[in-house]
Amino acid sequence: MKKDGFISLIAILLGLIAGAILIAATGNDPIEGFTYLFQGGLQNAERIGNTLATATPLILAGLSVAFAFRTGLFNIGAAGQMLFGGFCATAVGLTLVDLPSIVIVPLMVIVGFLAGALWAFIPGLLKAKFNVHEVVSTIMMNWIAYWTIYYLVPQYFKGNTETESKNLPDSATLKMHWLSDLFGGSYINFGLFIAAIMVIVIAFIINRTVLGYELKAVGYNRSAAEYAGISVNRNVILSMMISGGLAGLAGVVQFAGNASTIQIGILPSVGFDGIAVALLGMNTPIGVFFSAIFFGLLYSGKGFMSAMTAIPPEIADVIIAIIIYFAATSVLIKKVMDYFGKKRKYRKEAVESNVGEKVK
Amino acid sequence: MDTIIQIFPYAIAYTIPLLIVALGGLFSERSGVVNIGLEGLMVVGGFASALTISKLQETNPGEAWVIWVGLLVAVLAGALFSLLHAFASINLNADQVISGIAINMIAGALTIFLARNLTGSGNIRVNGMDRGDVRFLSDIPIIGDLFFKNAYATTWLVLLILIVSTFIIYKTRFGLRLRACGEYPQAADAAGINVYRIRYLGVIISGAFSGLGGAIILVTYSGEFTGSVAGLGFLAIAALIFGQWKPLGILAATLFFGVATTVANVSQVIPSLAQIPPLALKLFPYVVTLIALVIFSKSSQAPKSVGVAYEKGKR
Repeated sequence: MKKDGFISLIAILLGLIAGAILIAATGNDPIEGFTYLFQGGLQNAERIGNTLATATPLILAGLSVAFAFRTGLFNIGAAGQMLFGGFCATAVGLTLVDLPSIVIVPLMVIVGFLAGALWAFIPGLLKAKFNVHEVVSTIMMNWIAYWTIYYLVPQYFKGNTETESKNLPDSATLKMHWLSDLFGGSYINFGLFIAAIMVIVIAFIINRTVLGYELKAVGYNRSAAEYAGISVNRNVILSMMISGGLAGLAGVVQFAGNASTIQIGILPSVGFDGIAVALLGMNTPIGVFFSAIFFGLLYSGKGFMSAMTAIPPEIADVIIAIIIYFAATSVLIKKVMDYFGKKRKYRKEAVESNVGEKVK
Repeated sequence: MDTIIQIFPYAIAYTIPLLIVALGGLFSERSGVVNIGLEGLMVVGGFASALTISKLQETNPGEAWVIWVGLLVAVLAGALFSLLHAFASINLNADQVISGIAINMIAGALTIFLARNLTGSGNIRVNGMDRGDVRFLSDIPIIGDLFFKNAYATTWLVLLILIVSTFIIYKTRFGLRLRACGEYPQAADAAGINVYRIRYLGVIISGAFSGLGGAIILVTYSGEFTGSVAGLGFLAIAALIFGQWKPLGILAATLFFGVATTVANVSQVIPSLAQIPPLALKLFPYVVTLIALVIFSKSSQAPKSVGVAYEKGKR
């Protein structure tokens, strides 16, 4: 695992180098660009708060993808689950406006989780019962969520413009004034705590429970798990539902935390970034946490960078994409590492044998 | 009948790029490599052709050959970019789905990044291709109205590619080898076939076709490069599975998507369709795909070794 972490760091380094080359190739100064990029994410309390807030849905979406990965499932539908979970939570928030914050917010969080889980239940069921590949079925579910929200939001919760819902009142969002004030007016919110709690909960489930053991066993070898008396079908469905629930939570923190409206006509890119976060985090909860914060840093810094230089903000996305490519082709990095590792070992052995001869 | 004649050209315009991309996916998957990066390769093709055509149109306004040059560049760009996926999944035994996702991400981000450096907004506008009637054939009643009037030349190009591809896959030595590599690469290798080379060709063809598909969207109905193809690449993969990895099945599946999507898009202006809730029409193709996947799951025709990296020494 330590070696995998090292590979992730090398992938990040290579991604940053590739980004620098690209910046230089388009006639800008990479050092200046990276300075502004990191300043934009870290310069003061407000920017740090925004970085953490940007990272919050990424943590949950990353956890969602990583959790399914551990059972050998590729949940590419986090975007749809996020959208549906966020929509249901928003619907609850806008309908039960009169309830006090202490009741409505937990209710929204639970509804968001359940709605996401429901959205992932369908691909899970199709996978378990009919062996329908989850990549295709979750993509279909993404589009079903996209169009469902596209028509339901304007019909029932039409806001100021055609493309967004009504504003959630502050009492029905995860916003916390003392936290915002602490970070100089940033839009950081309670979602960060939800994400942190889920990191711990998921780490506990994966590493310390029978359920986690069974899920991993199914992921490593379905037939062997089946032979050992583990119900593969049950675990596949359950894993998808927990994964979907986490994505649903990502939707809640995105649409009722970082924002207070839900947009129609887009699939939230956070859902797809979750795949990248999970990969870079080696599918471990703690790895997901740190890689999400790194991505949050790039995302929240890119606006500042493009304002201060002529570099388009998409450089952040390019860097992330290249990092993922290097993480996917980590075999190459491993080979290079082994090559140098061996070289050093041989040299050491050679030196030692020389020493031995001298003693003789 | 009039309604059908009215919407048919739109349905075809939507079907054709989907068809060519799904055909590309067919070559890749038949050789044993899952290519989920079709979406990204389409974007690359769209970008390459948008750039070429917009530059050439500055100096040669209104000339038709410019668009064909753009399509050719898109084919080359798609093929070139797909090498990234081929290298990762064939040489490095990387997880093919993850590599494909990386391709999608790189393509989407890189093209927008470059487009912004060039145009500022990141969108590139071009003047598209004209529709035309095919002489004589368009005079045939009904069929002429449906297929030969108001058609793009790219439609004929893609249908030609479909026929040639079907021939190549089923009737040539290369086609047999391609299918063998997807079914049982060890046996193919034992028979003296270079599995790595065949798989490279499969992926490169998928890149070339996807690039062409992205460019066709640009020159037919979109007219503007925006850095995304709105999930059509993924839809093409669904069509590939829906069509059970067979060229004619793919034609039927993509045509279904084309007609269903067009009907949903125009339902509001057609009285007989306006009564159906638009949401139901929009969801129709996706729900049907899910149902079709369930129905076909028992008798899946998927290549046996698709998605499995080939290692020479492995049994």
